[in-house]
Amino acid sequence: MQEYNMIVIGAGPAGMAAALEAEKNGMENIIILERDEYIGGILPQCIHNGFGLEYFGEELTGPEYAYEFIDQLDDSKIEVLTETMVLDVNDKKEITALNKQKGVLKLKGKTIVLAMGCRERTRENIRIPGDRPSGILSAGTAQRYTNIEGYMPGEKVVILGSGDIGLIMARRMRLEGADVKAVLEIMPFSSGLVRNKVQCLDDFDIPLKLQHTITRIEGDDRLKRVKVAQVDEDFNSVEGTEEWIECDTLLLSVGLIPENELSKSMGLNLHPVTGGTFVNENRETNIEGVYAAGNVLHVHDLVDWVSEEAEIAGKAAADYINNKLEKREQKIKITPDKNVTYTVPQTIEYTFGDKRFVKVFMRVTEPMEDVEVKFSNNDKEIISYPKKIVMPGEMVTANLPAALVKDEMEEIKVSIVKKVGENNG
Amino acid sequence: MAKNDIICTGCPKGCRVTVEVEDDEIVNVEGYECPTGREYAINEYKNPTRILPSTIRVKKGEFPLVPVKTAKPIPKSLLIKAMDVIAKTKVKAPIKIGDVLIENILDTGVDIVATRNIDKELEV
Repeated sequence: MQEYNMIVIGAGPAGMAAALEAEKNGMENIIILERDEYIGGILPQCIHNGFGLEYFGEELTGPEYAYEFIDQLDDSKIEVLTETMVLDVNDKKEITALNKQKGVLKLKGKTIVLAMGCRERTRENIRIPGDRPSGILSAGTAQRYTNIEGYMPGEKVVILGSGDIGLIMARRMRLEGADVKAVLEIMPFSSGLVRNKVQCLDDFDIPLKLQHTITRIEGDDRLKRVKVAQVDEDFNSVEGTEEWIECDTLLLSVGLIPENELSKSMGLNLHPVTGGTFVNENRETNIEGVYAAGNVLHVHDLVDWVSEEAEIAGKAAADYINNKLEKREQKIKITPDKNVTYTVPQTIEYTFGDKRFVKVFMRVTEPMEDVEVKFSNNDKEIISYPKKIVMPGEMVTANLPAALVKDEMEEIKVSIVKKVGENNG
Repeated sequence: MAKNDIICTGCPKGCRVTVEVEDDEIVNVEGYECPTGREYAINEYKNPTRILPSTIRVKKGEFPLVPVKTAKPIPKSLLIKAMDVIAKTKVKAPIKIGDVLIENILDTGVDIVATRNIDKELEV
């Protein structure tokens, strides 16, 4: 069994950044296992611009963003094995994988980084009744056909779900000559970025039907039409609002699920809200030396934060190998409180060393304005940060300063609340 | 007097800014909540531009397409016409990221550049 200091599962943005950061922090003997024939994960098929503003301070397309890391990997000693599917990982950090040329591989890692990303929810996940013709695919699959493999999925397109992938694909299909009939959204608001709504739909007069969903699918071999209905607050279809839309293609952009089958096979429990593993501030799971980063941990809206998060894991793994880490006597729990659906990390387990803060990622329950993100311990505020606007679709981040965290704290609560005292001044 | 509703993309709030125009002159801008909104709406009214990302067919490449973009934003009104030019273009591998694949598309002064390396097809 071949031994490595680090085995990274997945060569997407998270896996690449974790491996590179580990090497920068003195780790050698690193391998990345990737099931696809190329590296970069989903980025090479995301040919649109809008990436990198946070991380690189310039606007890049997906392939360009990926290239920044691929280029560094080429110059590194990190081994990359593509067309390699990991079949099993156990809690002893032993991996069984299948490689197209080499056959079955058995590897063991001192550390493992889980960077398997996420996958799209399907028609079955949302249970649309009706026929089962061809022409129904996830927006990401259509994106790969159109942008990598050179196939056009269809001519008359309906898109269900107005998240960013749905909006981006509406424009892409339109630009490639398809008739995009409508984008349907079950919620009363689009979960995509405003910019994407404007530049992908409004620019091309593609209608966005809020509070609408598909109640039936019809077609023999190929999709013929879908039945669309308005929904009420409880998401039940409103009688009398149904209409048929003729189409040969239905793209689904109805949410993403972290891909954690391997994590589960290691015995790791999944967080009920994020769908990822539980992690401490180093992005270390409940198994020492096993890390998780990127969309496998929680679904991000910006790749920039995936890179940043993966670097936290990569550096921590290098520090772990080099015995630079010291555990706290007592873990500190980070708990979501008012208007916060979840936080990453969920615990702080190590002493801070030269770390000046812990960056906490969170999501807010509903759109709010003029709020503050507040850290508190036993109802006493530790620190708070004002935010002008927060939305469920855009991750909120805030730094918890190391200097303000005391060893005796058992739990730090994070809440997002309306700013008070506005009128006192 | 014509009223143009423009949604600002500066932040998640998406202010609906109204630009009032009389005889080709902007006479009033309202609905914005910060200076970005005002500036965005004026630019978006006067000269809306976009980066156009797309793909071009590759001959003898490891993949059949190379992703491309306009090196700079081009006028919004030219997006579909630019797609027609892009659709008729074929390029030969190998291609390097940043390579100019179409020069000065539609006389905009803007080039179409590759956004990914595409190697030659492997001989089998």
